[in-house]
Amino acid sequence: MVNLIAKSPCDGLLPVTIGNVTLSERDLGRMTSVAPYKGEQKAVSAVMKDAHGVAFPSPNRMTTKGGAQALWFGQGQALLIGPDPDVSLTAKAAMTDQSDAWAVVELKGPKAADVLARLISIDLRPTEFKRGHTARCDLLHMMASVTKTGADSFQIMVFRAMAKTLVHDLTTAMESVHARVIA
Amino acid sequence: MRIKNKGLIDRTHRVSFRFDGQQISGFDGDTVASALLANDIRLMGRSFKYHRPRGPLTAGSEEPNALMTIGSGAAQDPNVRATVQEIYSGLEVRSQNAWPSLGFDALGVNNLLSPFFGAGFYYKMMMWPKPLWEKFYEPLIRRAAGLGGLSGQHNPDKYERAWAYCDLLVIGAGPAGLMAAMTAAKSGADVILCDEDSIMGGRLNAETHEVDGMPGTDWAARTVADLAEMENVRLMTRTTVTGAYDQGTFGALERVAHHAPRRDGQPLECFWRIVAKASVMATGALERPIAFRNNDRPGIMTASAVRSYLNRWGVVAGKNVAVFGNNDDAHRTALDLQAAGVNVVAMIDSRPDATAIGDYRLIPGGQVTDAMGGKGLTNITVKSASGSESLGVDCLGVSGGWNPSVHLACHMNGRPVWNDDIAGFVAKPDMVPGMIAAGSANGEFSTAACLQGGIDAANAALGRIGKSAAKVTPPKAEDGAYHITPLWTVPHKGRAWLDFQNDVTVKDIKGAAQENFRSVEHMKRFTTQGMATDQGKNSNVGALAILADATGRSIPQTGTTTFRPPYTPVPIAAMGAGAQGAGFAPQRFTTSHAASADDMNAPMIEAGLWYRPSYFPKPGETHWRQSCDREVGYVRNAVGVADVSTLGKIDIQGKDAGEFLDFAYTNMFSTLKKGKVRYGLMLREDGHVMDDGTTARLGESHYFTTTTTAAAGQVMKHLEFIRQALRPDLDVQLISTTEQWAQFAVAGPNSRALLNDLLDDPVDNENFPFMSCGEVSLGGVKSRLFRISFSGEHAYELAVPARYGDSLFRELVSRAEALGGGAYGMEALNVLRIEKGFITHAEIHGRTTADDIGMGKMVSAKKDCIGKTASQRPGLHGDHREQLVGLKPLDSTQELTAGGHLFDKGAEAIRVNDQGYVTSVCWSPTMNTSLGLGFLKNGRNRLGEVIRFVDHLRKSEFECEVCHPVFLDPEGGRARG
Repeated sequence: MVNLIAKSPCDGLLPVTIGNVTLSERDLGRMTSVAPYKGEQKAVSAVMKDAHGVAFPSPNRMTTKGGAQALWFGQGQALLIGPDPDVSLTAKAAMTDQSDAWAVVELKGPKAADVLARLISIDLRPTEFKRGHTARCDLLHMMASVTKTGADSFQIMVFRAMAKTLVHDLTTAMESVHARVIA
Repeated sequence: MRIKNKGLIDRTHRVSFRFDGQQISGFDGDTVASALLANDIRLMGRSFKYHRPRGPLTAGSEEPNALMTIGSGAAQDPNVRATVQEIYSGLEVRSQNAWPSLGFDALGVNNLLSPFFGAGFYYKMMMWPKPLWEKFYEPLIRRAAGLGGLSGQHNPDKYERAWAYCDLLVIGAGPAGLMAAMTAAKSGADVILCDEDSIMGGRLNAETHEVDGMPGTDWAARTVADLAEMENVRLMTRTTVTGAYDQGTFGALERVAHHAPRRDGQPLECFWRIVAKASVMATGALERPIAFRNNDRPGIMTASAVRSYLNRWGVVAGKNVAVFGNNDDAHRTALDLQAAGVNVVAMIDSRPDATAIGDYRLIPGGQVTDAMGGKGLTNITVKSASGSESLGVDCLGVSGGWNPSVHLACHMNGRPVWNDDIAGFVAKPDMVPGMIAAGSANGEFSTAACLQGGIDAANAALGRIGKSAAKVTPPKAEDGAYHITPLWTVPHKGRAWLDFQNDVTVKDIKGAAQENFRSVEHMKRFTTQGMATDQGKNSNVGALAILADATGRSIPQTGTTTFRPPYTPVPIAAMGAGAQGAGFAPQRFTTSHAASADDMNAPMIEAGLWYRPSYFPKPGETHWRQSCDREVGYVRNAVGVADVSTLGKIDIQGKDAGEFLDFAYTNMFSTLKKGKVRYGLMLREDGHVMDDGTTARLGESHYFTTTTTAAAGQVMKHLEFIRQALRPDLDVQLISTTEQWAQFAVAGPNSRALLNDLLDDPVDNENFPFMSCGEVSLGGVKSRLFRISFSGEHAYELAVPARYGDSLFRELVSRAEALGGGAYGMEALNVLRIEKGFITHAEIHGRTTADDIGMGKMVSAKKDCIGKTASQRPGLHGDHREQLVGLKPLDSTQELTAGGHLFDKGAEAIRVNDQGYVTSVCWSPTMNTSLGLGFLKNGRNRLGEVIRFVDHLRKSEFECEVCHPVFLDPEGGRARG
């Protein structure tokens, strides 16, 4: 018998606050990729809505309800975040546990968008990238998932193994932005 | 000389800095150039080729002469224009291209040798004898003719890249740019306004014009303050838009920290990519000099630069000033100087019908024919209808007219058009889609025309992006006409400079025409006119006017050279910001990284982006081979543990998953039974091997495929292409799960004993035979177990959710150690697989086929797959190919090296006799010999033959026996045990 100890992807790296921006790790619980089989997207969405309160998201959107997120994650793919997925989904969609595959962080503060503008090429103006909007994009040299979760907060995900680089790149950008604020 | 009560400098704030070691005092708001001129220092540099003494020609970013090196040591910054470098306390500035000093430059001898250094000299004289060019002439010339240098050390400065989006990008914040920005902002558009200066306002800050009944500079400041209050406006000072690119994207360099001492965390520069729906090019115009003999003396500058130094910084470069021009605008210099109480010696206007607009001496129809003064101007010779006279002046302002700054409009290969009225090139509409020129950039030279032009351009841009324009009325301003009679060069003997930075004279251009380099692009290459850091901003139009004259064509017929980005120099460090050192690529760390690298001191090697342990040194081991041999022994004799999480893992699900795999792989997976694992080989379309790995069937419609570490991304992309493009008929879904699982190889005779100590339910040979897979439980944690082996031993791979990876690795290692084993690294892993003849990408390197590696039979005859047809081409299989073999030196003290080649015994070791090559080598502690894998012509039929191994690079040569590639346990009994 063995007692395995769990470690989070950003263990020992976060939180970090520089100026008025804070970077912290988020534990969102269960994360399951949902890729509906041919012709099943509507049915999948109905089950998700019924069981978890979140419909299958349109491209570049995230739907939320309580602790549950349905995050668009690529072509024909969503990430169901929070609940254990309803078992009836298995017949309608390819379901894969991704709970440990991604480092999830939150960047929050009045200058959060300025920090992100140093690393991603997305148009982050509040009129263009609104709460619930999401994108798969490069974050410096990493492929990332970036979602606007509030007026001045973003949820950022990269491969778990790249957590250290993610924290390094974000804190470097936070320092640059802060250095201008105090200039 | 400083003028009282003039300039936008803060006279209450004295700033001192060092220039060539000398303490210089200036005021807050000064540039290096204005501060030096205020201290009567006109000599600021030496020219590129002839090392002629030079002072500033301009007061802006187009400066060709006054280039300086800022700072010292690792962070030194070369070729900075003294005309844009703001001063601050502690600033250290050094002149360039002069030795031993700016005042006495030994290489000034080049100036005396100038008859030998004319344009085309290098090409004609120094190409022979050819080998000497690279070794001798070029380095020599580069040392003598040079700009500033980098330190050669690691750059400690921080740089930044960033993106910005807007509806309208306004480039340049002079009167046109300010009005364009204000109009668009009031209309509700998102506006970004960029200006390269530290203060917005453009020429308004350098002139004495009134706008709206107040000094132009005050109006500009008020307008900027109004814009700053608006939420939809972003003002970016010290930001030069350097390039226009596709789809409304612009590059811009922001000088964040050049104007102040370095501070922690602050970037020196930021390279912006700005995406705009439309843009207004309000980039202004640059004044051009007139070429006359010795027109490069320090103290000679453009007439507008004289005004800029006077009005912006309260500085004049001399006590007795003359102005030489061919247009009305030049007279303003005389007026402004007089108003400031400076002695204006004469206004020399080349137009015979010129009239004075103030009380100064006008020499109509006059031309400056020569300038005297070695390190600074002392006299000029003026020729007019009334004869020739010498005037004592120490500063001369020259105006040959104004060139609209059309550079950005030309960045997408459009060509500007000639406008006779202003004797200059202007942009055509939409040379850059969505870009509208305004103000003097559009050839509108009065202040009133610029203000109105800005409004008009904004209105046009707003129309394009579907926004209705707010009504904006232009403020009152001067609306003087601009009259010019072109004058490019004054007839002369000797040298008259066109391109100051590259030392190109009128004679050089004429020489190019004589040598039949008549095309403007050929002339540029022959003379180097328009190259270097200023890109010919001051000389392009003048040079092509002289070329036009020399070739008997008009200027429009002659055309311009191509303007390319960047407008002003952009450091590579800024464009590559964040990518220095470890930032070059993301680092991927396994969950066992801390345990391996920090706690067990394993040196790490990079495998793609991953870091993997090379070996785990133990006390007393002095060489990696000792560690490696020990670790191989763990696996062969007890049990070893290795992190194999870096292998690509792909979940493949759907009712057609089996058929999909059959199509992607050479062998069959639809027939694989649930709970079983099979080795698979994947070909590229061209029939060569792409990758290999194992695939497990976890459920009826659920497969789990592994790839090699190196090709994980490539295979994922390949499978996704098959799914979306080649077999959209199949109902199948793919997703990477590489990062979800921490996976460890547990290999060796004691592997099952170790596992059964950990697993909640033990396994045995009956319920878990070789090539089985299934779910297991580890202290309640749901995990996966695969009985597969890359070492040939009885082995497993155990996968747990990654959060438990660190903990499980430590458990496995400590339990393995208790059983006489321990952790093993990549070196041992490599030895283990070579002993067993297992391939890696050293063997499937992209030029080998399934038949070459002895797996021809794995290409199933029962079905089609990607690459199958191509692999059947006669050239891609058979005895004429180099086939995978094992190699063993006859003398066991010899060591094979990868990359060595194989030759027949007695044959000369030359290319045409080449029989093959070695791909992988190791020292096998198990068999006590060096072993190798390699490819040998018709190798499978040559087992037992003795062949000659030659490594030409490392100078080794000996004989080897050709063996079957599987050296150890060819029956595979150990893995089944």
